[in-house]
Amino acid sequence: MATEIQGGHSAHYATETGHGDGDSDAGHGTPRWYNPARWLFSTNHKDIGTMYLVFAIVAGLIGGALSGLIRWELAQPGLQVFNDQTSLWGIVFGNAHNYNVAVTAHGLIMIFFMVMPALIGGFGNWFVPLQIGAPDMAFPRMNNISFWLLPASLGLLILSMFVPGQGSDNGFGGGWTAYAPLSTTGHNGPAMDLAILSLHIAGISSILGAINFITTIFNMRAPGMTLHNMPLFAWSVLVTAFLLLLALPVFAGALTMLLTDRNFGTHFFSPDGGGDPVLYQHLFWFFGHPEVYILILPGFGIISNIVSTFSRKPIFGYLGMAYAMVAIGLIGFIVWAHHMYTAGLSLNLRAYFVAATMIIAVPTGIKIFSWIATMWGGSIDFKVPMLWAIGFIFLFTVGGVTGVVLSNASVDTRLHDTYYVVAHFHYVLSLGAVFAIFAGFYYWFEKIWGVKYNGVLGGLHFWITFIGVNIVFFPQHFLGLQGFQRRVPDFADAYAHWNRISSIGYVITALGTVVFLILLLESAVRRRKAAANPWGDGATTFEWTLSSPPPFHQFSELPRIDADRAH
Amino acid sequence: MSAAREMTSARSRRHRAFIAAACAGTVLAMTGLAFASVPLYKLFCEATGLGGTTRKAAASAGQVLDQMVNVRFDSNVAPGAGLRFRPLQGQMSVRLGESGLAFYEVTNTGDAPQTFVASYNVAPHLAGSFFVKLECFCFRDQILQPGETLKLPVVFYVDPAMAEDIQGKHLSEITLSYTFFRAPENQG
Repeated sequence: MATEIQGGHSAHYATETGHGDGDSDAGHGTPRWYNPARWLFSTNHKDIGTMYLVFAIVAGLIGGALSGLIRWELAQPGLQVFNDQTSLWGIVFGNAHNYNVAVTAHGLIMIFFMVMPALIGGFGNWFVPLQIGAPDMAFPRMNNISFWLLPASLGLLILSMFVPGQGSDNGFGGGWTAYAPLSTTGHNGPAMDLAILSLHIAGISSILGAINFITTIFNMRAPGMTLHNMPLFAWSVLVTAFLLLLALPVFAGALTMLLTDRNFGTHFFSPDGGGDPVLYQHLFWFFGHPEVYILILPGFGIISNIVSTFSRKPIFGYLGMAYAMVAIGLIGFIVWAHHMYTAGLSLNLRAYFVAATMIIAVPTGIKIFSWIATMWGGSIDFKVPMLWAIGFIFLFTVGGVTGVVLSNASVDTRLHDTYYVVAHFHYVLSLGAVFAIFAGFYYWFEKIWGVKYNGVLGGLHFWITFIGVNIVFFPQHFLGLQGFQRRVPDFADAYAHWNRISSIGYVITALGTVVFLILLLESAVRRRKAAANPWGDGATTFEWTLSSPPPFHQFSELPRIDADRAH
Repeated sequence: MSAAREMTSARSRRHRAFIAAACAGTVLAMTGLAFASVPLYKLFCEATGLGGTTRKAAASAGQVLDQMVNVRFDSNVAPGAGLRFRPLQGQMSVRLGESGLAFYEVTNTGDAPQTFVASYNVAPHLAGSFFVKLECFCFRDQILQPGETLKLPVVFYVDPAMAEDIQGKHLSEITLSYTFFRAPENQG
């Protein structure tokens, strides 16, 4: 039952886990799953983590459906979907403005309601306390608030798609960046106000979560666990929490200025009152660039855990891996204007931002090569999580390389706002972050749900998705290099070929999602009892010493860690 | 549950509260920084000429060089401002350091008295830190009666330091651009 961590102290864990097991099953202190109070008033980090994961899956399906509308529209030249006539189940999709509404909502939902809840709220809540040997999060009630703000926030965002945005057109269509003046005088309806409110609430939720993680990690590590032998996933969440703490308030400030510019006659971003719209871009990207690292850093932590587990080796260069994440986080705050090369920066500023941006490739390279070095000479087990992890490393590297291309101000001037940029950030986020989420999902599936999944279906899900997303996004590099613009629903015939192939890739990816849902259904119906540690010797972190699912309250007797233990 | 109780001992709880308070303080500080960035950004633009922000001076340049620079004049009107606005000269050549005097003409085409305000910069942007205005109609609001036409002066010089600057020395032409807006009603 109890798995030895790294030799030498198995007896301690045996008593600990044995005690926990006895508590967990018969409902001693564990409310029934169908009791709404268990979820509404939950202060349990595992229950809250589960709610985050379910929320992320639902939001991911909504965001994925929106991207389906986008690919449907772009499948061929002309207006197929957003032509004021096409309808599905009685819903008319609207006009070109509504196309941009779909693009905007797709971006915001995927960022704020799928990737962040899954990685930080879901896996972070579940496994940070388990991996550092803590009984729960530092502020369990605040944890509850963090989660329950999110459904409200998502509701407001979805509502904003159906109220007037610009003139009689519904929704906000200014992109997730919401640049002024399109987001101020350009959208006079309430849709933008609802979106601002939605993002404010999501921001508060994330800030509260970040405070909780930082306090938990600094204050509640088990005896003997120092920052320098803490699992890399906990490290990645710690760095992410700091980025949230520093970046989100700036975004909140910028959003508040948008709100007052729109409704209360201030002129932060309007030149007629002495403001400057470019200031909004600076504020937004001061948040926006760290935000993309917020999306990917927890994924780095998950991949480190998985690569180490399935190579049956400690991670190569543990300290280098931890401080590479710290370095990425720090440098992430001083490169924001590389999103603004075309906004009129001086030559010297562009030179600085090019150089600073390229420097990020160094710590990122340390991570990629350390993962490869961990696998090198390891006894690699190609289980489902490892497939996703290797897929992540491959796709993230492709996205990283195009990122270095785009970091050049002169190249970016040509590629700015083309599909090359879209391909780049989908390779690092849609493919990188999402592959990390699925890797983590399959890695911890048995631990979270207490049942096994069908490995064949998991492998099928991986291969279909891997092929599908590459067919979606690789041709978009070609489209971008040929000058195909973002956020435009119609295009010249010259772009038809690769757009059609990209849309075919979407259908394949959607098929992969269907396999994923079948896998969930299959495991829920058959309910094969999960093992405490399905992965064997390679799985060395604390969560594998507990039963699957872990007892409702764990570590009532705190685990101890040898001083020389390292991951 | 002895260990759990141990975790919430008074010392640990104080430690926890301290970290949470420090985090909350960081959030407040960053929010403050976001709003402080509004005046700071303005200062930064004025100090560095970012985005073609011009300089202001009270006295003309100390020296005049032989090197000439061509200054072009550009005028724009924000949509719906109800204004006709044009420069009275397309361009003029001045020596570096020599004060130039140029005029714009503006007419209120609306049927009500209206306050107007101009925003301005120079292109290329790197000329911003060398383009010095001694007097400009854009420093204050302009009130025009319906149909009234005003001749608006701007007195400027181009800083002789431009001849020494590693990028500035290659400039032979600077465009001074204005955009007139209807002044917002609630502006003090």
